[in-house]
Amino acid sequence: MEPGIIVANNLVKRYGDFTAVDSISFTVARGECFGILGPNGAGKTTTIRMISCVSPVTAGDLSVDGMAVQKQPRRIKAILGVVPQEDNLDPDLSVRQNLRAYSRYFNMPADIARERIDEVLELMQLTGKQKDRIDALSGGLKRRLTIARGLINEPKILVLDEPTTGLDPQARHLVWQKLRLLGQQGVTMLLTTHYMEEAARLCDRVIILHRGKIIAEGDPTEMVERFAGRDVIEVLVEGDERAAVLRQLEGVDGVTVEEVADLLYLYVRGDNGFDVSALNLDEERVVQRRANLEDVFLKLTGRGIEEDQ
Amino acid sequence: MSVQVASMPRIQIPNVSLLAFRVWQRNRDVYLNIWRAEIVWPLVDPLITLIALGIGLGDFVELPVEQSYVEFIAPGLLAAFPMWIAAGETGWGSFFRMENQRTFDAIVATPATIDDVVTGEILWAATRACISVVYILVLATAFGAVDSVLAIFVLPIAFLPGLMFGSISLCWTSMARSVSQLNYFFAAFITPQFWLSGVFFPLSELPGWVQTVAWFTPAKHAVDIYRGLVAGEVEVGHLGDVAWMIVVTGIFYCIAVFAMRRRLVR
Repeated sequence: MEPGIIVANNLVKRYGDFTAVDSISFTVARGECFGILGPNGAGKTTTIRMISCVSPVTAGDLSVDGMAVQKQPRRIKAILGVVPQEDNLDPDLSVRQNLRAYSRYFNMPADIARERIDEVLELMQLTGKQKDRIDALSGGLKRRLTIARGLINEPKILVLDEPTTGLDPQARHLVWQKLRLLGQQGVTMLLTTHYMEEAARLCDRVIILHRGKIIAEGDPTEMVERFAGRDVIEVLVEGDERAAVLRQLEGVDGVTVEEVADLLYLYVRGDNGFDVSALNLDEERVVQRRANLEDVFLKLTGRGIEEDQ
Repeated sequence: MSVQVASMPRIQIPNVSLLAFRVWQRNRDVYLNIWRAEIVWPLVDPLITLIALGIGLGDFVELPVEQSYVEFIAPGLLAAFPMWIAAGETGWGSFFRMENQRTFDAIVATPATIDDVVTGEILWAATRACISVVYILVLATAFGAVDSVLAIFVLPIAFLPGLMFGSISLCWTSMARSVSQLNYFFAAFITPQFWLSGVFFPLSELPGWVQTVAWFTPAKHAVDIYRGLVAGEVEVGHLGDVAWMIVVTGIFYCIAVFAMRRRLVR
């Protein structure tokens, strides 16, 4: 089997006393969409900055397409397309000029660049906007342009740091659609996100980072099955009533209960399910839904808000 | 498990490629888009100075040499205003690109290194200095302040002080935490040179120790060379001024590279 296009082995990143990435190992296969999930400050961005050769590795091995990041950063960067979290387009250049300026950093000759710019503009549905100023673009258009810019060098790997953060729902769906299209074309994608829906829709495989460590890894659907089960029932119940409900649930097979503030979360596994009417509660206080990646995420990383991050 | 060096050593020779020129091209593209706004200051400032000081004040000035005052200050202005332009480009300009527009982050995500960025920024600062030299040469000629065709050589030579001021200014920028911190550099370093580098009066008028201090100011060496060229009196000593500027440029260029790595490679 192929060793994988990105291979991290005991990868560590420290800033002084703070360990941002704490000895993580993972492999990204060629052609897959690989997601790095985690709360803010978990080490997602730091990890992809090391892969993009802009942040030096403290310890461990990290190779991209068979090249060590410490040895051949320029050659690695030549096969990457990076879409950063923050927009850093050139506001004084037009849409097309932004792409031209970027193509030059890859030493693309003018005629090839011209063709390639037309292609990526077309792909991201920006052809009609090519003469526009950056200030005139909406958030969604800017993000599409940033993705187009990342594709200018026909990268082997597209690295996306929270590609849809801050976008409205329409713009987000359009970006997802474009990324799925790229995935079908065989582009390897590495993305960070804290939108579970995004990871579930786009990623073939994900890792969940928490405080610099990998706490879970796998196929999103399989992870939901493994950590959250099939269905989730949210029950709004407090006080004595809660105690009663909890007693009723004791020893019920295939149901795990989690108490969070005024809510009870019942994770239901197996095919038998659980008949919620047995609890004798008002309908509006009970929500039954399919388990999703968000449940996995919250279960594993905790529901409390991470302090100081 | 193998363990690598904690981080890229900051003190090592600059890792520069031709991509530095790509950074220069990016800045040129922006300049060509907004040149109408950028042309005013470099053109109007010297023009007003030539009128106000050269002609207005000039009538009251008696020089130790047989020369009109406008002729005296013209070569100095060729050094003084481009100094402002170059330092401003890698001062406010680079700071803005680095912190507000995050342009440097965008560039280092490509095969370009931060060393390429630093080099491209300084090359561009020197280019801007040369552009402003063209304006001032034209103005000075129009004011009849240019005596020799040798003055045309100011143009290529101006690239060197451009690199020098670009490098020095970028060193400060790499350490500045906010735009307002840049003001210290301009108030304490650039403005004094503007007035005290022999642009507006001969340094020989000042006490000996001030002259000694002046020797250490970068602008003085550019002024000396330009005086020679504009008057058509080039001396061997001017080679010393060139050498002085090359050494200073080299030192500050390296500091700028190391300091930018320290700031941005984390």
